[in-house]
Amino acid sequence: MVKGVQFVDLRDAGDPAELAGAHSASGADEIVLLDISATHEGRATLLDTVRQTSRQLFIPFTVGGGIRTLEDAAAVFAAGADKISVNSAALADPSLITRIAERFGSQAVVLALDAKRRRDRSGWEAFIHGGRISSGRDAVEWAREAESHGAGEILLTSMDRDGTGVGFDCELTRAVAEAVRIPVIASGGAGGASHFVDVFREGRADAALAASIFHYGFSKLSELKSELRSQGIPVRWPC
Amino acid sequence: MIAIVDYGAGNLVSVKKAFDFLGQECGITSDVEQIRSAEKIVLPGVGNFASTNSLARSGLRGEISNAIRRGVPFLGICVGMQWMFVGSEEAPGTKGLGVLGGECERFPASVKSPHVGWNSVEVKESSRLFRGVKPSAYFYFTHSFRAPVCGETVACCEYGGKFSAAVERDHVFGVQFHPEKSEAPGLKLLSNFCDL
Repeated sequence: MVKGVQFVDLRDAGDPAELAGAHSASGADEIVLLDISATHEGRATLLDTVRQTSRQLFIPFTVGGGIRTLEDAAAVFAAGADKISVNSAALADPSLITRIAERFGSQAVVLALDAKRRRDRSGWEAFIHGGRISSGRDAVEWAREAESHGAGEILLTSMDRDGTGVGFDCELTRAVAEAVRIPVIASGGAGGASHFVDVFREGRADAALAASIFHYGFSKLSELKSELRSQGIPVRWPC
Repeated sequence: MIAIVDYGAGNLVSVKKAFDFLGQECGITSDVEQIRSAEKIVLPGVGNFASTNSLARSGLRGEISNAIRRGVPFLGICVGMQWMFVGSEEAPGTKGLGVLGGECERFPASVKSPHVGWNSVEVKESSRLFRGVKPSAYFYFTHSFRAPVCGETVACCEYGGKFSAAVERDHVFGVQFHPEKSEAPGLKLLSNFCDL
């Protein structure tokens, strides 16, 4: 069993389908497409992007952002996603996880969990609406509850670390990874290969998410994986 | 035509896309006639073993069984492979096709379950399905139950103990992993099935 390196964010440049294919060829173990705008008008565009991206993509493909109902999820699956991720809508109504899992299987339901450390450092709180609003829920407790509702994986983002490049929040990752039996994908804060090593070892992450490999001083994802491999992290290789 | 059997379980689109990419004529169907006339049959499946109950209700179970008897190549994927066994701990009331002996079982508590992600497999050289696939290849798995190692096992995977990653007997094949999500090695394996 290897540690996965997933790739997210196809918004920034070029044709998403082409980019996803290139990342797949370069060694990405999964592709995650997050529609952060998730506006009503954007839905049709998103489905079209999912359709084009998935056509020649033969690694797992997760799509998230703005999925509020079983019908939203069904449309994304029909367009070619293998998994969907839910966040705000699931916190408002956890039975959404169950309903999607019953129809498409737990393996197809990813809980996107945006966590922020409490000021008194007593733990982490789950945030919703793209990290703008606190749900008031304890992140670890919510992870456990989401698992009991049928979530198959957790995509855990540290809001404190996101975009900082100072490393993943290993403490948060470990707290969640030890609280649940389902795989935890760490996200937020990576600035170099050593951060991936840390989150796999100390954070007990099952996979880690790379937002833009160029931020880590590599020109290809395979270079990052090669570095991880030389540090003794089991990765899919050759990729 | 390759018939991809639709029995209301999970998402079959990705399997069709892989065969489309390989230039194979295929269709997602639950039509008895189409399955009867298919040159090859693929039974995908994600989710619960009990979802295969609908195969018995719709008469597809008998149709698939007859096709296998006539020598039509068959490939079960994930739950589709588990269905080839006698049954599964996941749904004790649901009967598998029973072309292979043994029952599918839960992972031991010592490992995280489901088993999700890329894992390597140990392949028997004689396998037709794995012909031309590098022995070090990784495949994508996602499952909570597993099939035992048996005489028909042609690839073993290690996760909380050994289990069947692929089975093969004459023209009947099964894979626990998702070849349609396993990049080049997975496509090679599907292409081998197409070439039978």
